[in-house]
Amino acid sequence: MIKALNIAKSYRMGKAKLEVLRGVNFAVEKGQFAAIVGASGSGKSTLLHILGALDQPDSGVVYFENEPLNQFKRSRLNRYRNKTVGFVFQFYHLLDELTVLENVLAPAMASVGTIGWIRVKNKMTRRAKGLLEQFGLSERLVHKPYELSGGERQRTALARALINEPALLLADEPTGNLDSKTGHGILEVLSSLNRQGQTIIMVTHDERIAAGANRTIRLVDGKAVG
Amino acid sequence: MPLIPMVKWLLAWRYFLKRPISYLAVAAVSMCVFIVIVVMTVMSGLVREFKAKNHAFVGDCVIETDSLVGFGYYEEFLSRLQEQSFVEAVSPVAKGIGMAVIPQITGEQNIGIEINGIDPAAHSRTTNFASILHYTKNNVERVFSPSYDPELAGCVVGVDVIPYRRQADGSYYYWQQPVPVQIVVSSFPLNLKGGLLRSLDLVSTKTFYYSDDVHSGLVRVDGNAVFIPLEQAQVLFGMDTPFARISAIHIRFKEGTPVPIGTARVRALWQAHVQSCKGRPGADLLDGVRVQTWQENRRSIIAPMEKEETMMTMLFLMLGVITVFIIFVVLYMIVAHKSKDIGILKSIGLNMADILMIFLVFSVFIGSIGSLVGSVGGAVFLYNINDIEDWLYAHYHWQLWNREVYAIGDIPNQLQPELILSVFGAAIAACVVGALVPGVRAARMKPVQSLQVNQL
Ligand SMILES: Nc1ncnc2c1ncn2[C@@H]1O[C@H](COP(=O)(O)OP(=O)(O)O)[C@@H](O)[C@H]1O
Ligand SMILES: [Mg+2]
Repeated sequence: MIKALNIAKSYRMGKAKLEVLRGVNFAVEKGQFAAIVGASGSGKSTLLHILGALDQPDSGVVYFENEPLNQFKRSRLNRYRNKTVGFVFQFYHLLDELTVLENVLAPAMASVGTIGWIRVKNKMTRRAKGLLEQFGLSERLVHKPYELSGGERQRTALARALINEPALLLADEPTGNLDSKTGHGILEVLSSLNRQGQTIIMVTHDERIAAGANRTIRLVDGKAVG
Repeated sequence: MPLIPMVKWLLAWRYFLKRPISYLAVAAVSMCVFIVIVVMTVMSGLVREFKAKNHAFVGDCVIETDSLVGFGYYEEFLSRLQEQSFVEAVSPVAKGIGMAVIPQITGEQNIGIEINGIDPAAHSRTTNFASILHYTKNNVERVFSPSYDPELAGCVVGVDVIPYRRQADGSYYYWQQPVPVQIVVSSFPLNLKGGLLRSLDLVSTKTFYYSDDVHSGLVRVDGNAVFIPLEQAQVLFGMDTPFARISAIHIRFKEGTPVPIGTARVRALWQAHVQSCKGRPGADLLDGVRVQTWQENRRSIIAPMEKEETMMTMLFLMLGVITVFIIFVVLYMIVAHKSKDIGILKSIGLNMADILMIFLVFSVFIGSIGSLVGSVGGAVFLYNINDIEDWLYAHYHWQLWNREVYAIGDIPNQLQPELILSVFGAAIAACVVGALVPGVRAARMKPVQSLQVNQL
């Protein structure tokens, strides 16, 4: 489904050059739940951002369904971010101004115009409520993100990532900011999504969390192993 | 890609509602709009009134010479004008300078005056002369016949010519009937060459009796004008010999005749007339005569006022610049504080134009709500401005325009839709301009960068 070919990325820190990724190669197939494991600072987030088209590699190509992302036009890239992948961040990254329900609906709103939105509003609202119910957030629809606990915020972010039924879910340390019990809750949700067919790539520095996935890719010295 | 994603409106609106600073921005915009609307309405109202007063006072078109000698051969031209279908009325006027002594009130002291010899009936058909009189408004034929003794030579004076009558609130003291006040008028009779006419009797003097006032609202007129019958003015100025002369012909056009067109036709007739007079004695006096619209005729008086209005407009353009700056600062701060949000929005697939639009929509909210509040406030204030001024005067004896100095009545407060619309548009445009730079900055942010900034 998604394939990384010789991905390299470095950051310039003044005179020094920090080579974070030095030719990463791997492929994840449809239906897999892959964990990318590596020490802190090993470039996991960088790699995931590149997979999600939030960042560009210095060299190398990401193929999605055998199509190279670097050939996508800007509008196609936006559609890729909007519909094809769903992103979950370590720090949730919810919009404080919007309610839980609106946060979840935001990607759906972004995929249609105002007129189009009027047409799909009911359907998408039902879907958003369904997801939030599935994640135990039915009572929280009109709350603002800052009124929620960490676990609730991350489940809201997960619902947002899933609203447009993305082919691929990218999760960057989704449990990293949560206590282990809450973190395991999130992991269980991901596992059950995977059992329903959702392809997932999750980044973590924690081997125990990675054990929840059905495949592990190790990031060592800027290269992927396994 | 969708043109107008819904989330943009939602976010712009939420940003607007959530941030106290956006209320400050609205307050700033509405204050700017308020001030601009109030001052511009009053200012342009004053200019408009002033122009209207000048127009009413001189008629539509004026044929005039600056020479104190005047010009002759006017009777035949008057009758030619009256034959024209577009001419409503004409009025010959003899104008000159002189001095007046009002012995019963100011003793020996004399004041410089502008003497206007008119035919009251013709002049009031041509100008607003009758309507600015006090006692003989409806009986203008009797304007030069003092009610206390119709046999005496009456004269009409500007309302400020007889001193001490202006009251603190701007109104004038009037007697029940004109009182028998002598006004001794002197002028200098000139011959055709502009020399003094009667060498033994350098100054001609005549005693008139106060019979009415004019209150035109024009400072020069109210303070210096004296109106007397045309023939007597001609004698005072020496315009009676060797042939009758006048200084000006005022013309009113028929309803519906555009002033410039009417004036052009009068000009053509006048040129023909000047041609036909060639060779007659004193015909060279006709060369110094100008045919002008009322605006041209009064330009030296109107122009400074218009300049002031232009200057005001320039000052208010600066207010517009300040509005732009306020919105710029507000949005710049929001972009700085909300760079994470911008990263999030990009990560869920909004494009650059969408992000820019969020900030533009936000600024349009600020601009339109600010303009709405400001113009409603301005309208309410203007509606009550005269009551407010009266109240201030009654309680604190304070006037915006001291009526002892300014010859205005009420403060003009007539709202002009085109002014409000253009201020409205300008305010919104100013907000959009102020939002442009921060908005573009936000739109160009790289998603990962803006997300990481907050992560550290
Ligand atoms: N925008 C950036 N500029 C400079 N250095 C960066 C930037 N983003 C990440 N890095 C550096 O790249 C390395 C990898 O970062 P990251 O991918 O976030 O690691 P991980 O997610 O594995 O902890 C880190 O050393 C980090 O400091
Ligand atoms: Mg990371």
